[in-house]
Amino acid sequence: MTALRGGWRTLLYKELLRFWKVSFQTIAAPVLTALLYLLIFSHVLEAHVAVFDGRVRYTAFLIPGLVMMSVLQNSFANTSSSLIQSKLNGNIIFVLLPPLSPLDLYVAYVAGAMVRGLTVGLGVFALTVWFDPSTLLLAYPVWVLAFALLGSCILATMGLIAGIWADKFDQLAAFQNFIIVPATFLSGVFYSIKSLPPFWQALSHANPFFYMIDGFRYGFFGLSDVPPLGSLMVVGAFCAVLTLVALALLKSGWKLRS
Amino acid sequence: MTPAVEVVRVARRFGRVQALAGIDLVVRQGEFFGLLGPNGAGKTTLISVLAGLVRADEGSARIMGHDVIGDYRAARRALGVVPQELVLDPFFTVRETLTIQSGYFGLAKNGDWIDEILHHLNLTAKADANMRTLSGGMKRRVLVGQALVHRPPVIVLDEPTAGVDVELRQSLWAFIRKLNTDGHTIILTTHYLEEAEALCGRIAMMKAGRIVALDTTQNLLSRFAGLTVRLGAARVPATWQARVLRSEGTVHFIGLDRYDELEDLLRALRVEGIAVEELALEETDLEQVFLRLVGSGGDPAAGTGSGTASRAAVAGRSDRTVGTGGAS
Repeated sequence: MTALRGGWRTLLYKELLRFWKVSFQTIAAPVLTALLYLLIFSHVLEAHVAVFDGRVRYTAFLIPGLVMMSVLQNSFANTSSSLIQSKLNGNIIFVLLPPLSPLDLYVAYVAGAMVRGLTVGLGVFALTVWFDPSTLLLAYPVWVLAFALLGSCILATMGLIAGIWADKFDQLAAFQNFIIVPATFLSGVFYSIKSLPPFWQALSHANPFFYMIDGFRYGFFGLSDVPPLGSLMVVGAFCAVLTLVALALLKSGWKLRS
Repeated sequence: MTPAVEVVRVARRFGRVQALAGIDLVVRQGEFFGLLGPNGAGKTTLISVLAGLVRADEGSARIMGHDVIGDYRAARRALGVVPQELVLDPFFTVRETLTIQSGYFGLAKNGDWIDEILHHLNLTAKADANMRTLSGGMKRRVLVGQALVHRPPVIVLDEPTAGVDVELRQSLWAFIRKLNTDGHTIILTTHYLEEAEALCGRIAMMKAGRIVALDTTQNLLSRFAGLTVRLGAARVPATWQARVLRSEGTVHFIGLDRYDELEDLLRALRVEGIAVEELALEETDLEQVFLRLVGSGGDPAAGTGSGTASRAAVAGRSDRTVGTGGAS
């Protein structure tokens, strides 16, 4: 019996194969986008923006921000597009007919998306690090890893929920353009929230994405806008809640089984 | 022996539509079972309940004794479903598709059986072709293959031969028959009534979410062993309108219960002064049983029934060719 319970591994494999077969679009393209951001922003702002009281160069500050942004956006994109494509194609039935449990589905879809997000993040880092090789000397690699994993898990789970919810591509695009993109852009990818007016600073504290990026950056420089342990707890709790929501949705069969 | 499929008082409503209105059904192991009915009769909903794709509002369903909700892993492992929709994953080749489907059932080293499936479905030459490049009939056969990867004891085919050409349909049925002979229980829905007549040992006819007839194919045929008159005339006498099973231009098929009714019909024709161009008596086949049960006039559901009837008639004709080919 136990030998028959490994269906989730095949689903994970399928999810990996799915994005790998179109890796030019799913990996190379987002890496290039992040590289362009770095070229433009660092060139324009390097001399004008001081972060962490001038202890870190702006270009160096930007690198982990862009890496994390790429991890987050691509984790979301993978689960959400995989599910909506399967639903619109009708081939979601291939996953619904076998004896895969809600946990099997969750683990496979989310792990697949995390691999995509982290792969893109590594790609972005591998290219952007040349603009300031000092960022290679991570202050606390464990924090880097912890926030990368939690952040990609959160966005993969959000993508899973959005993919289950959406009936059309434009609904998914709305979710992405009106929630995910603003939340990432307003989270301190390109700036330290200390440079913001008090109102926007306060608002940023309500944005879970801010804690993901701030904590991730702490792993690079040992510097952050808020204490990293607090960020870890916020991000961890957010991840746990979303995971429970996703599992409950999968168990209920909402929008997948009628 | 545990029934292959056991459905107890299953009901399901979608908004205002009562898709299933309390279905009871037992299919024994090893049966070749047919599920017939017009569009909207509830066949696909019933299959979806068995597959766990649709949850019943009331009642329960078991596959090989395993409840489809409470013991869904065992139930799904015992069931292979060929869906009606022609769906595929465009990212993969035929072999990848079957290997992945196999893996979902936890079967990692299944290459030999997949090779055998490919062979029986005439797909060996296309094993490494991308799914997108296949013809409709090939895609359909891959769907059949996907339903078989885990060697389920119970196989449900929801209109599997739609869009498959005659020659391939023959080889597909030969394969399904072999699976049945090997002990697999087969449940088939089809619009091709001759197909059901030739293959199924027992048949349930559904209409508006209910089973209106459930018997062996032989009994169904003899129970409704009425006669059918093939009448070529400009119109049918007014009093006989309700007895018309179907019409093709000026050729009308009229159901009779006894021979002496023929006399009544002739009298009515004479009284109304209708010129008879052609008159012939035909044997009952499943199509006529089907039309009498679910497709005849007077019922609101007959709207869908008549649509199916004409489709079934066309299918019946094309199938007759197949039948002859198979017999020779």
